[in-house]
Amino acid sequence: MITLKGVAKTFGAARILDDIDLEIPAGQRIALIGSNGAGKTTLFRCLLGEYVHEGRVTIDGRDPRRDRTEVLRLVGFVPQIAPRLEMPVAALMRYVADVSRGDVADMGAVAERMGLDVDQIARRPFVRLSGGMKQKLLIALALGRPTRMLILDEPAANLDPAARASLFDLLAERADATMIISSHRIDEIAALVNRVIELERGRIVLDDTVTDVGALGSVFEVALETAREEASFARAAADWGLVRDADRWSGSIAGPDRLRFLGFVARHAGLVRSLAMDDRTPAAPDASIAREDAHDGLLADR
Amino acid sequence: MRAPALAADDLPTGEKVFWTGFAATFRLEIAEAFRARWFAIYAAVFFALVGVLLVFGLTESRVLGFTGLSRTLVTYIQLTMAIVPIFILITTVRSLAGDREAGVFEYVLGLPVGIGAWYAGRFVGRYVLASAPVVAALLAAVVYGVARGVVVPWIELGFDVGLLLAMIFVFVGLGFLISALTRSVDTAQTIAFLLWLTLVLALDLVLLGALIRGRLPIEGVVAIAMLNPLQVFRTGSMLLFDPQLVLLGPTAFTVFDVFGRVGFMIWSFAYPLVLGALAALGGWAIFRRGDLP
Repeated sequence: MITLKGVAKTFGAARILDDIDLEIPAGQRIALIGSNGAGKTTLFRCLLGEYVHEGRVTIDGRDPRRDRTEVLRLVGFVPQIAPRLEMPVAALMRYVADVSRGDVADMGAVAERMGLDVDQIARRPFVRLSGGMKQKLLIALALGRPTRMLILDEPAANLDPAARASLFDLLAERADATMIISSHRIDEIAALVNRVIELERGRIVLDDTVTDVGALGSVFEVALETAREEASFARAAADWGLVRDADRWSGSIAGPDRLRFLGFVARHAGLVRSLAMDDRTPAAPDASIAREDAHDGLLADR
Repeated sequence: MRAPALAADDLPTGEKVFWTGFAATFRLEIAEAFRARWFAIYAAVFFALVGVLLVFGLTESRVLGFTGLSRTLVTYIQLTMAIVPIFILITTVRSLAGDREAGVFEYVLGLPVGIGAWYAGRFVGRYVLASAPVVAALLAAVVYGVARGVVVPWIELGFDVGLLLAMIFVFVGLGFLISALTRSVDTAQTIAFLLWLTLVLALDLVLLGALIRGRLPIEGVVAIAMLNPLQVFRTGSMLLFDPQLVLLGPTAFTVFDVFGRVGFMIWSFAYPLVLGALAALGGWAIFRRGDLP
């Protein structure tokens, strides 16, 4: 259980967080959305005990600032911007494993599922990796160690569709973990969560529940036909992992990515002659997004 | 793949957590430095310095009373006093403040490592990194001298290595204090440079000018000399080679006269260690009370 009571954070004259009250039961998956400067990263830093703030934050009844090693041992964190660490990848993995009592092999296994071979990059400085590789490694370090809670700041921002699908699968396997995932846009992460909290100028302006049943871990078989050949479409379709056969394209996409996929198709609407998407998840219910009443009402302007 | 298991009653004790975090952070600081350009340049400077001094200076000719390896050591120590403080201050504040700006603090301090363990691990790591090339280069000179059959002044050598370690300690401590006080690399570097400049200006020869012009009482000049870690090192390092301190300025001579030989030897070790420890602890107190990233 995460509890925030009257949490506020001020930098100079700017009030970045303003009287945040929040309770997050264990196992809940939160989408923390909001525009730039809304206070998402600041809220994360308060949760991690990195900022001094007004009010009180507790995680499982403990103060993350005072009891930081006990609390942070339960928390896997992926930052929005990868740190500029000069150390080799192997040294970073060793460090995270040492302080969190994790296992480098577990982290390597998660990295491999994300499409990253850590043996190949073990001696390379972390800072020299590509943006996508850094993101995959940071996810592997957070998910490859024993935690009960995941704080993910724009975790899929630099990932290709295949890695995104792997991330969704990995998160689906952590069904009992509490998750707080931030994003600028709800459609990016709607399928991952069951509650949405929107921040605006440091205040909670929306606290809502989301049901996107069966989406996490689901797979869609897609087939589409194009009217003519176009290089940009071909490149993008290849990025999505679609295989071409003359004017027909086919492949599979991760369920949580289907809204993004439909966005890709919409951008090429003049080119696409037909589109079919079949949910191949066993006994998958209708994967439409439905909203339920939030415990605090639909729009809880605090 | 199943998530790694986390046992509810598997929480380690406080002392074990500290040493685990300390050791991991210490190793990381070393691993990080071996990839960093500053350390390569820093080490190269001292080994090059020793090489040049040995090639051109290891002779039996007498200069200002010093011969052979003694002369090389005296020159080396005086040069380290010019290079080491500014090098340590700038690289330390750049490293810490730079890490804060680069998001390293946000990530690393989001891991289950105690702030004290992390701070101590970085401090000791940085101290070892700053000391190792300076002392290793000096020892290389000694090995070379022994191989060539030159007489090694062992007592003076041991004393001066100790002084070097004490001086490095004080500047690493000051570097950590400055890094805790500031949040940007530019500000930290400016403060570090101004501090170094102030200490250089308060060296004996400059104090002599103030004395001659009568702007400072002799007690004030002596106090400044006693509190300036650079001057303490300078006076202390010459103590054994030049017991009358005739090569140093009048302030050093006065200090030596007041303290006596043994008294100043103790002061030249104790003062930098205490000042460095106070600076490091002050930095720690400031750091742990504020925003970490």
